[in-house]
Amino acid sequence: MANDLNGKKFLLQGNEAMVEGAIAAGCRFFAGYPITPASELSERMSYRLPQVDGTFIQMEDEISSLGAVIGASLAGVKSMTATSGPGFSLMQENLGYACMTEVPCVVVNVMRGGPSTGLPTSPAQGDVLQARWGTHGDHPVIVLSVSSVSECFSITVSAFNLSEKYRVPVVVLSDEVVAHSRETFTIPSADSIEVVDRIVPNVPPEWYKPYEDNSRGVPPMAAMGDGYRHHVTGLVHDAYGFPTEKQDEIETFLKRQFRKITNGFFEIQLTKKLNIEDAEIVVIAYGSVARSARRAVSMARSEGIKAGLIQLVTLFPFPKNTVVNVMRQCRAVIVPEMNMGQISREVKRVNTGLTEVFKYNRIDGQLITPLEIFDEIQKI
Amino acid sequence: MISGMTELRHKYLRHHKKFPHVWCPGCGNGIILGAFIRAIERLNLKKDDIVFASGIGCSGRMPTYVDFNTLHTTHGRALTFATGIKLAKPSLNVIAVMGDGDATAIGGNHFIHAARRNLDLTAIIINNQIYGMTGGQASPTTPYGARSTTSPFSNIEHAFSIAELAVAAGASFVARGTVFHTNQLDKLLEKAIKNNGFSVVEVMSNCHVQFGRRNKMGDPVTMLNWFKDHAVSRGEGSSMPPDSLHDKFTIGILADVDKPNYIEEYKEIRKKAKRN
Repeated sequence: MANDLNGKKFLLQGNEAMVEGAIAAGCRFFAGYPITPASELSERMSYRLPQVDGTFIQMEDEISSLGAVIGASLAGVKSMTATSGPGFSLMQENLGYACMTEVPCVVVNVMRGGPSTGLPTSPAQGDVLQARWGTHGDHPVIVLSVSSVSECFSITVSAFNLSEKYRVPVVVLSDEVVAHSRETFTIPSADSIEVVDRIVPNVPPEWYKPYEDNSRGVPPMAAMGDGYRHHVTGLVHDAYGFPTEKQDEIETFLKRQFRKITNGFFEIQLTKKLNIEDAEIVVIAYGSVARSARRAVSMARSEGIKAGLIQLVTLFPFPKNTVVNVMRQCRAVIVPEMNMGQISREVKRVNTGLTEVFKYNRIDGQLITPLEIFDEIQKI
Repeated sequence: MISGMTELRHKYLRHHKKFPHVWCPGCGNGIILGAFIRAIERLNLKKDDIVFASGIGCSGRMPTYVDFNTLHTTHGRALTFATGIKLAKPSLNVIAVMGDGDATAIGGNHFIHAARRNLDLTAIIINNQIYGMTGGQASPTTPYGARSTTSPFSNIEHAFSIAELAVAAGASFVARGTVFHTNQLDKLLEKAIKNNGFSVVEVMSNCHVQFGRRNKMGDPVTMLNWFKDHAVSRGEGSSMPPDSLHDKFTIGILADVDKPNYIEEYKEIRKKAKRN
């Protein structure tokens, strides 16, 4: 069967590995609009989804892409879209809708240089805070980042799992370097991948309250057409899903959105560490920059410098505890980014005089090399 | 007859939950909702199999009141959500209700592309020629010369003909009705939902509060009479001298063509993909 790729080895781009990760996680609907450097996601989805009885559709823009994705998810199908900065801006309205209605979905943003059309074929990390704060209103978000082809697969699976478990849209930030790098990758067998599905109601339809609080703060979600007729609205709603303007219902509803994510910090805030135990100088990096940082840390170690790395897989909710614990022990932290300092703001925010924080920024459309980070480590 | 309608209300409205409704007294939306429910009843569709989606505005509140799978989406985007739902679960009957500003201004792009794609959805577009909920601003269907809160002196823009736009964009079933011609409206909605492809029903409706009041038609009866006097059937229109048609609009079925349906076409795509 052409659709059974499990256990087979391929030379894959990051974008292509994301498609395979999504399909492995159970994604069966993709709606997208062409944009560099994310178009390969749409292209491979248009080929792969019909092979696994899924559906691909090319929409008229990014607004409608996310609209269709939310619609498909409401009908019970795991769904995803992918874009780059300008398209991500267009999705912000419906991203807010997905937060408000608690619809699981995955939105990939393959970052390129901006603002505006910017540098469409060059890498950047300028959309980090857009991913956190881009949509309107107060809301918690989950933003993940990828640094290699294999992470494009595995983190996309994690994105779907977290999205289904917490009923939130999950944003995955990639960048042009990761998206277009080709690496050998063996697609894991299906039984080695943990796949989480949303909880569905097990009560009779007349008992079902689609937005009723529970201990986890995540109500079971019925798919349209499964007999649990209910109302879904972007207005603040009561436990039945109907619009409300009652203060107690508003506050209960909105605070639950935060609580359900806070409760899950232990499994949402993903990081990877390298040589941290005795590190005096710690690089905090994400995306393709983390790849360079990994090499820079090895270079520094071979020069006798006690360097270490925290790779942020989850950018938001910001993994404060991991970062602060490392800050307590190290002399300095370096945050290299392909922007003017977006995650370094978070690092500085959680640094209450524990250590010294240095930035290293590049916004000229070039990636950050291991040597540049190594030089920064040496300077300290 | 009256008891029959009461029975339908009990069957389809969420009467225990969300009434009174938000609409102004005399609003045409109630007439359209009634016609919609009667069409569903005659088609004998199961409530569980119906998705009723809307955008934002007065029309956006309509799904709240009926006992289907209901969805109140973002402004102009109802058809995009409907597209995802239909593709994910083709067994559902997906109907979107939108206003004129909703469907043809902010949602204009989604509207023409949904028509072009010919996915089996039904779009009910309530054309009251104004943005009602936000307070009477000019919409893409506000007539040339009319007054609104954003054209206080006179509207110098020209109106869309929504149904004709849908025909040009490739919708397989297109009709226009009014809230005066209610028997016809029932039948148009029934045919639209039944059609195996993208269907559009534009319904001329009265917003006497926000549109009529500023344009010398400040009550529902005056506005309904205006629809009565200015609507012509296709047959009538073709036999009338062109000069007399300048302030008239056509009602009835404007397009009803057989076209390949997206869902069936995609099934073939899946077969091809699996052979590769």
